[in-house]
Amino acid sequence: MAEPGLTLQDLAVTLDGKAMLRLSAHVPPGEVLSVMGPSGAGKSTLLAAVMGTLAPPFAVTGRVLLDGRDLTDLPPEARGIGILFQDPLLFAHLSVGANLAFGLPRTVRGRDRAQAVDAALREVGLEGFAPRDPATLSGGQRVRVALMRTLLAAPGALLLDEPFSSLDADRRAQIRALVFDRARAAGLPVLMVTHDPQDAGAAGGPVLRLG
Amino acid sequence: MSLRAVPILTLVLLLGPVLAGLAGTLAPAFGILPVIGRVEPGLDAFAALLAWPGLPAAVRLSLVTGLGSAALSLAIVTLLVACWSGTRSFAAFRRVLSPLLSVPHAAAAFGLAFLIAPSGLIVRALSPGLTGWTQPPDLLIVQDGAGLSLMAGLVVKEVPFLLLMVLAALGQADAARAELVARSLGHDRPAAWLKAVFPPVYAQIRLPVLVVLAFSMTVVDVAMILGPNTPPTLAVQILRWMNAPDLAMRLQGAAAATLQLALVCAALGLWWLGERAVARLGRAWVWSGARRAGGQGTAAVALVLAGIAAAAVLAGLAVLAIWSVAGFWRFPGVWPDAITLRNWMRHGPGVADVLGDTVLIAGAATGIALALAIGCLEAEHRHGLRMRVRGQWLLYLPLLAPQVAFLPGVQTWMLILGIKGGVAAVVAAHVLFVFPYVFLSLGDPFRAWDTRQATVAHSLGAGPDRVLWAVRLPMLLAPVLTAAAVGFAVSVGQYLPTLLIGGGRVPTVTTEAVALASGGDRRAIGVWALVQTGLALLPFALAIGLPRLAWRNRKGLLHG
Repeated sequence: MAEPGLTLQDLAVTLDGKAMLRLSAHVPPGEVLSVMGPSGAGKSTLLAAVMGTLAPPFAVTGRVLLDGRDLTDLPPEARGIGILFQDPLLFAHLSVGANLAFGLPRTVRGRDRAQAVDAALREVGLEGFAPRDPATLSGGQRVRVALMRTLLAAPGALLLDEPFSSLDADRRAQIRALVFDRARAAGLPVLMVTHDPQDAGAAGGPVLRLG
Repeated sequence: MSLRAVPILTLVLLLGPVLAGLAGTLAPAFGILPVIGRVEPGLDAFAALLAWPGLPAAVRLSLVTGLGSAALSLAIVTLLVACWSGTRSFAAFRRVLSPLLSVPHAAAAFGLAFLIAPSGLIVRALSPGLTGWTQPPDLLIVQDGAGLSLMAGLVVKEVPFLLLMVLAALGQADAARAELVARSLGHDRPAAWLKAVFPPVYAQIRLPVLVVLAFSMTVVDVAMILGPNTPPTLAVQILRWMNAPDLAMRLQGAAAATLQLALVCAALGLWWLGERAVARLGRAWVWSGARRAGGQGTAAVALVLAGIAAAAVLAGLAVLAIWSVAGFWRFPGVWPDAITLRNWMRHGPGVADVLGDTVLIAGAATGIALALAIGCLEAEHRHGLRMRVRGQWLLYLPLLAPQVAFLPGVQTWMLILGIKGGVAAVVAAHVLFVFPYVFLSLGDPFRAWDTRQATVAHSLGAGPDRVLWAVRLPMLLAPVLTAAAVGFAVSVGQYLPTLLIGGGRVPTVTTEAVALASGGDRRAIGVWALVQTGLALLPFALAIGLPRLAWRNRKGLLHG
């Protein structure tokens, strides 16, 4: 039976044969699962395992399911899982608009692509920013572009790797609320790793501790 | 073709010719050369070599110029960085580093010759006021029997190369903090640098230093310009025997090439012993707790020597430029009596004839090397096929094995297999020497690229190929172009591979320029050497300019 949401079944990572982490979890659509733990506890490794980017000497066992679909053997680009890192990582050689169009499905064609990009920018208060150089944006603006770039690719789940720790305190609460609202509105299961208890508190979902 | 195959293919392409070439050199040395009907092994070729009266001097020259110029260059660079890094004088060196590096060896050697020759610019500037000379003195300065001018010509090009290697190694050695800790423990700057920073830096630059040593012992073009003539260095003599019309002379040439290879191995062994001795002295020095190193005197000497090395190349280029437009030029005038474009008009058509092939060969060799390098690095990224320390040695093998020892063997194979030397063969030979530099130049920036960007692109649905072509390579445009410029300059500067593998039928700017060395037509040399330098420099200018143009609206890519 296909259960909606992101499911980790006995997901385990070993490094050179040594066990690094092992967990099972289920995140329903619209919910945030916060994973906390000190640095070195394997938080980023967990996300890499879900993304499918771990290479030898790492080895992954167990299964990753999205809405019941088994992703375990798929390459990262076929999983339909979006990710936001601590740094916005906008592609520096592309304009803001081209960054947003990068992941826009190819079924959106012609003038619709530009309209989708403009609409996404409008939603986060960055109307008219499409031709801009990402390097000229403020930190908060970049995070908003990165968020919309991820959402425009229509992912089935969202991973957050300490996404707010590069922001100063007054900006953080605002961006955090924006990200959680958008994810909830899109009905995405969200897996967030963080070491900031406030992030976990604001997420409102269950909290899992590693290490 | 699968990306996984690229590293193996590259190793085969690099090592195959080197190993086959060495075999093709050893066999004739021991009497086997079926092409001329010799199939009985024997030591006749070595007997003939021993009977050559020039042998002792040629062997001495190879050892002394090689070990001497490598040790001197390393000492200058080490002391310069130890005493001066972080100062304004040092920043000046960094600024002229790229142009100094891209000047081809032959052009730098010609420039140096035009400076220090008895009728060169330095004597002219001092005459007759200080010297009383109204005619060029009868002194053997250039091409002196002791090989001093040859060593000078090698040092001026090796100092910038080793300086670049040290600067690259410094980034990974956490040098600034190590030096700070040592200084806080009471050491002066040179002592702190030599004790705390030099050992890890040397471990990183060891292979390039050995390449410099092997290169200096066996270089041909610089030795033809600055080295002695009677007898010449061993490498130059090997080339003469290999190009002799009588094919039987190849046996003797092969024996000499074998001896040259043994000499290089012996010198590498001596260097290794020297490393251990210096390490031992260094440990004793650290243990002794001495906190000062040399002081002002050492620092001044290092700065002056490095300054002379840099100035010699730049001033040499200036003299070449003057000669290229000089009409009548009386001694001891420091400026020609007349400036004219006649030299350029006379040699222009000749330059134009070979320019096309030179650019074609350099472009093709660079393109192939770049494709292989990107393939290897991408295979490393996608499949974890990472070169380990042993792989690094393999990468350096075409640079460590003396060209003059294995290229004649390759030539012999071509003779046996009936392959005619042409542009394609020369391109293939150039790839051997271009690839290591392209790979080393591109490797660090390629690996330093933040792979989370690849993860983000994957999460947006992009496959590995789209990530490479649409994200990684565009973002790495500047380092890719720099690697291409390095490769192009290396190819343009190649003399021996072009001559031997081209069978003398593929003239390039470099073979034509070096061929002028024996003639002494300074105006022609000025024109040709300047063209050679321009060909090597132009791609560097493009590599700096194009990314600025392409990314003029992308601030995030302009600082890297």
